[in-house]
Amino acid sequence: MNHLPLAAALILATAVPAAANRVFVSNEKSNDVTVLDSDTLEVIGTYPVGNRPRGIAISPDGSELYICVSDDNIVRVFDPETMEELHTLPSGPDPELFVLHPSGNPLYIANEDDNLVTVVDTQTHERLAEIPVGVEPEGMGVSPDGKTVINTSETTNMAHFIDSETFEIYANTLVDSRPRFAEYNHDGSKLYVSSEIGGTVSVIDPTTQQIVDKIEFEIPGVLPEAIQPVGVRVTNDGSKVFVALGPANRVAVIDGETDEIIDYLLVGQRVWQMAFTPDESLLFTTNGNSNDVSAIDVESLEVVKSIQVGQQPWGVVVAPDAQ
Amino acid sequence: MPIRPALLAALVAMGPSCAFAQQAAETTPSQTQAPAASQPAADVALIRAAVLRVDNPGLPPISRLELPTEDLGFAGARLGIEDNDTTGRFMGQDFEAVEVTATSETAAAELDKLLADGIQFIVTLADDETTLALADQAGDRAMILNAGARGDALRGTDCRFNTIHVAPSDAMLADALAQFLVWKKWTDWFLIKGSHPQDEAFAQAFTRSASKFGATIVEERVYEDTGGARRTDTGHVQVQQQMPVFTQRAPDHDILVAADRADVFAAYLPYQTWDPRPVAGSSGLVPRSWHPAMEAWGATQFQNRFEELAGRRMREEDYQTWLAIRIIGEAATRQQSGDPATLREFILSPDFDVAGFKGQKLTVRDWDHQVRQPILLTTGDLTASVSPQEEFLHQTSRLDTLGIDRPETECSF
Repeated sequence: MNHLPLAAALILATAVPAAANRVFVSNEKSNDVTVLDSDTLEVIGTYPVGNRPRGIAISPDGSELYICVSDDNIVRVFDPETMEELHTLPSGPDPELFVLHPSGNPLYIANEDDNLVTVVDTQTHERLAEIPVGVEPEGMGVSPDGKTVINTSETTNMAHFIDSETFEIYANTLVDSRPRFAEYNHDGSKLYVSSEIGGTVSVIDPTTQQIVDKIEFEIPGVLPEAIQPVGVRVTNDGSKVFVALGPANRVAVIDGETDEIIDYLLVGQRVWQMAFTPDESLLFTTNGNSNDVSAIDVESLEVVKSIQVGQQPWGVVVAPDAQ
Repeated sequence: MPIRPALLAALVAMGPSCAFAQQAAETTPSQTQAPAASQPAADVALIRAAVLRVDNPGLPPISRLELPTEDLGFAGARLGIEDNDTTGRFMGQDFEAVEVTATSETAAAELDKLLADGIQFIVTLADDETTLALADQAGDRAMILNAGARGDALRGTDCRFNTIHVAPSDAMLADALAQFLVWKKWTDWFLIKGSHPQDEAFAQAFTRSASKFGATIVEERVYEDTGGARRTDTGHVQVQQQMPVFTQRAPDHDILVAADRADVFAAYLPYQTWDPRPVAGSSGLVPRSWHPAMEAWGATQFQNRFEELAGRRMREEDYQTWLAIRIIGEAATRQQSGDPATLREFILSPDFDVAGFKGQKLTVRDWDHQVRQPILLTTGDLTASVSPQEEFLHQTSRLDTLGIDRPETECSF
């Protein structure tokens, strides 16, 4: 009789579809990370990670989870399976948001309090460079070819184009107030920069660094000042762009070709960051004021579930498929 | 649009001190910021301002936590200049703010010196009367950015075209509190005002707010400033006796609203009233432009930067001077110009807005040059609420539910 439960467990384990991925949510106020299962949409566990976790990323091979623990002035690196801390990376003070080079190395970190972008080698754990940028750097993007890193500075109101080889800024584009996020589409033909206070998303041609279009939002019954774009995610085929609209409690869906708005999806309160599952079937959003994560069905554009997480969820990342 | 030449100049000017620290895992790489002002690149535009703080001798505040600091207001301006300069590196712009202290008697002479020096943006921290005198003295030679005076007359019958009001007005502060109290359904107010003219003005603002938002002032009572003992070793003994007696026999009320700009009595009121009622206005729940516990809308980073620079918490005066300097900087960035006339025109245009860690863009009212802004309602340790409250609607901007709106203004430029 003793081995029956074990057999049952084995059956259960093999019954879980291979598509299940771990979803990691950083909770800024409760100093922990909530781990979700992308298949069952249930909480797997909650793990303390350090003070004020915000930006969160995972290596392309899924072996390392990076978390900006802002008040510890460091990036902590965890084993995504066990949530054991592996080591730390020198991040510079007050790391907020970062982006990994497409190859998985290096890591480009925005240091919000010190007007710097810090470049860290994820293998040697060494700081490669500190790049002075504008006031309150936050948004970090990287071009699909890995040649350009974008930083947005919230009080300077610019997108800085940084050469990833020389670490030098080669262009600056002035955008609307308080740029929070920068995201390329996957063929690198468009760069989207959200402006939280300006209430817009600038569509920039990366080759000329000129703004070619500016997306504005209007939602019946929602005050214009509540529309505060932050996170941006683009589907792999570039056809759909999702923009988190902060205290408007909605995610805008935009046609990646025409820059026209397709729909607004009602999610939780103060939605900031988002992440796709690798197959792009689901998009997860962090809703900081309602302490939950919304799961959006990307195909049907419906919000399928809200999942309670920790206090003030900030960032979210989904593990890649097992290799 | 891309801004390359200025950036190249800035990078050159940064020199080797900003070189990227290679293989420096254990050592802290140099964090030298921005080119020094003494070695600007040839095409850097210098944009100059001054902060003129007019201090008048007076009694110390009731609470020693409120003692003024030497750098009050100046520290905020210094942060504003740092922020402007960081952006200026990419724009080929360099900012400075001269810091001047004066008294009511010497303010005019100090302003003359600044004007003679060619400075065309003057941030003032002064009372209403002095602010008005300085504005008239400056005329069309400078823009005055009022970062201190709150009187409604300055924005009304005494308004001046050359002045923009960065500090919120009494009417805005009173309306911000009134909206919250009406939302709470605490609509019966017992109003206590001090005996100084500025107390009377603040009390009038509350009276106006009450009628605007549907509250009732059940009684108005004057607390005469008889020059009491204020802070003494035994002061609290008297306070504990005096305040209940002073506040007794009031009609039924939900809340006690204190108008005490002169800082004579309001701080003594909470927990000392005859009836167990909360206090708001000049103490208790206080409407303010800023509070050091504010964390929303990115304010944490802003507070951190200020505290690192000044070694103390940010006060309203510092927020207001910071915002004044940022208004100049934002105009210079957007216009890509250092020409004062160009900047002044742009600041007063409908295209101008600036971010100020209040969750929405701040703009300038064209009818009286008041900067529209949310108002924080603060308790001792926290921001309890932020007005405008959602329930109060407006046909153009909800921020215009606070203060004197276009149809009511007595200002004509």
